Amino acid sequence: MMRKYTDKKNVQKKPYYTDRFWVAPQIPKFDVSSDEVFASDTEALKANFEIKKAYIQRGQLVVYINAGENVEVLTYLRDKLQYNFLSEHSAIDWLAKSGEFEIFYQMLSTSKRKRMRIKFFIKEKEPIRSISTIYKSADWSEREMYDMFGVIITGHHYMKRILMPEDWFGHPLRKTYPLQGDEEASWYEIDKIFGKEYRDIIGPENRDSSRIDEDDTYNFSRIHHEVSFGAKPSKEIVETDYQEEGGVFLVKKLKKADSKILEERP
Amino acid sequence: MQKVNKLQPFFENLVFERDDNTMIVNFGPQHPSAHGQLRLILELDGEMVTKATPDVGYLHRGMEKMAENMIYNEFLPTTDRMDYIAASSNNYGFALAVETLIGLEVPRRAKTIRMMLLELNRIVSHLFWLATHALDVGAMTIFLYAFREREYAMDLIEEYCGARLTHSSVRIGGVPLDLPENWITNLSKFLDKMPANLADYEGLLDKNRIWKMRLEEVGKITPEMAQTWGCSGPMLRGSGIAWDIRKEEPYELYDEVEFDVPVSDTLDSYGRYKLHMEEMRQSVKIIRQVIPMYYKSEPQIMAHAPKYISAPKEQIMTQNYSLMEHFVLVAQGMRPPVGEVYVATESPKGELGFYINSQGGAYPYRLKLRAPSFWHTSILQELLPGHYLADVVTIIGNSNIVFGEIDR
Repeated sequence: MMRKYTDKKNVQKKPYYTDRFWVAPQIPKFDVSSDEVFASDTEALKANFEIKKAYIQRGQLVVYINAGENVEVLTYLRDKLQYNFLSEHSAIDWLAKSGEFEIFYQMLSTSKRKRMRIKFFIKEKEPIRSISTIYKSADWSEREMYDMFGVIITGHHYMKRILMPEDWFGHPLRKTYPLQGDEEASWYEIDKIFGKEYRDIIGPENRDSSRIDEDDTYNFSRIHHEVSFGAKPSKEIVETDYQEEGGVFLVKKLKKADSKILEERP
Repeated sequence: MQKVNKLQPFFENLVFERDDNTMIVNFGPQHPSAHGQLRLILELDGEMVTKATPDVGYLHRGMEKMAENMIYNEFLPTTDRMDYIAASSNNYGFALAVETLIGLEVPRRAKTIRMMLLELNRIVSHLFWLATHALDVGAMTIFLYAFREREYAMDLIEEYCGARLTHSSVRIGGVPLDLPENWITNLSKFLDKMPANLADYEGLLDKNRIWKMRLEEVGKITPEMAQTWGCSGPMLRGSGIAWDIRKEEPYELYDEVEFDVPVSDTLDSYGRYKLHMEEMRQSVKIIRQVIPMYYKSEPQIMAHAPKYISAPKEQIMTQNYSLMEHFVLVAQGMRPPVGEVYVATESPKGELGFYINSQGGAYPYRLKLRAPSFWHTSILQELLPGHYLADVVTIIGNSNIVFGEIDR
């Protein structure tokens, strides 16, 4: 039997059926000149930097710049064009398609009430310069981007993983990373608590600390199928009274029939 | 040489006397005032913080990764687990982002219901904030009072959607249900009581010497700092910048209601406390204005867009084609057009943004959650140095951070 083909470059879930003739519609992109503020902003940017593409989508300006100019463009945006907030900054993984990451900076100008997105592409191992000196909010978002995608950032003062543990292997938001975690991830706790040499002793069936074994009556007890400690599991239904007949000191025995449901709060 | 055993501690490596007064304190991740799983590595000189390094990630569940492996409707209940104090505002943020992606107009009745829920959530969240913050600072009474009122508001939400904490009360394209009978009556009762309750809290706190001593001049965020660190919501308005997304980029019916955006110029924690109280009053005011709008609206609660949204249940059960469409939408999921959106809404904590990149598939290609608390935690590294250790608790409590949305 042949093993079913799976695309290792993108292990994210796929819909089980897609119509062969289905063509996805596009969200319309409008010309920059359709909005006054955006038009003047793009003009100002074009005068100083190389702009590859600029359009308006769903009311927000999207500008593609050169990867090397990110620091200069953002400094210009902050100082000259009044984009005083960096609301969001992250990457999109296109490694399977073109071997690239798409980096985006989501900017906000409170004085103009406008939002724009600065974007550029980088190769997988191409470093980008940190912008955390321009917008300090990039401090953590750059760390998160490194953590999740492995994008290399130079000039950051404290480049460490932020959400995952420091000794984690791999970058979880890459499309090559499976949702359930990879092999390293499933051994992580064993390696951490016991050491790598214990992998063979513990074995893959016991490495998951949250695994529940129905037949294991030493560690687990099935509701309504309780048996004594270590006895064989049974299918018989046991109705257990969870409170002793005599009652517990100061605790009233709860009887469902006697309880009263209030119509309204007193 | 001592023998290492349990009865006699082994003191060989511990130094009790040091030349200077510096010390490193590990605050959290299991500290009651850390409001979740926040770990702060504080370098102290005496009792003064000289350096603070926040460490997050203890509640990381990989929501963005999950989103890439779920159809859009499937992901909505996951957003409940972000800011679990005000779950509806997350549901709403996500629903609005997807609606913007597919270009959908929501019926007016759904809008009014959403606004009532959002503002109720804001009240719940602010009450929770007040309760826990006051408890941290040492005012126990406030905690009990605020939780009582929060309970009433949660009862209302429970009556509407059946859940108290993880609401999922908003759907992509509208709301799942119309308001139950008597709900508005109960809501009005709650709204009638609220101003008096707020006055009670302020009576307890406004001129309270301890409260003022611990909040005034503590945790000052200058406007420059707030901008560069990406603060939003009450943290931004607390530093004198009047920016409320409901006002500046109105969504739903916020452009039809009248409300003020409170701003504090004192820049400190006390100013932000006053601001939160005022915001609750404004929320009450908004809900009051929305109630007549609700009565005037048509009864439709879900948008009509057969390509993306299932038809009403009644229709699904009677019309064959609606049933087929519903089946496809549930089994395969809706497929929004190719493109990307970033939609920001004003959640109780600040700017909650959803960036969605769709490649025309049933699963989002990339979904980035912009949670306000994440940025409000990162500012701690600049905010805490220069404060005393006791003020750390005030500042963390005051910044209103929730770890569900920081770690996501």
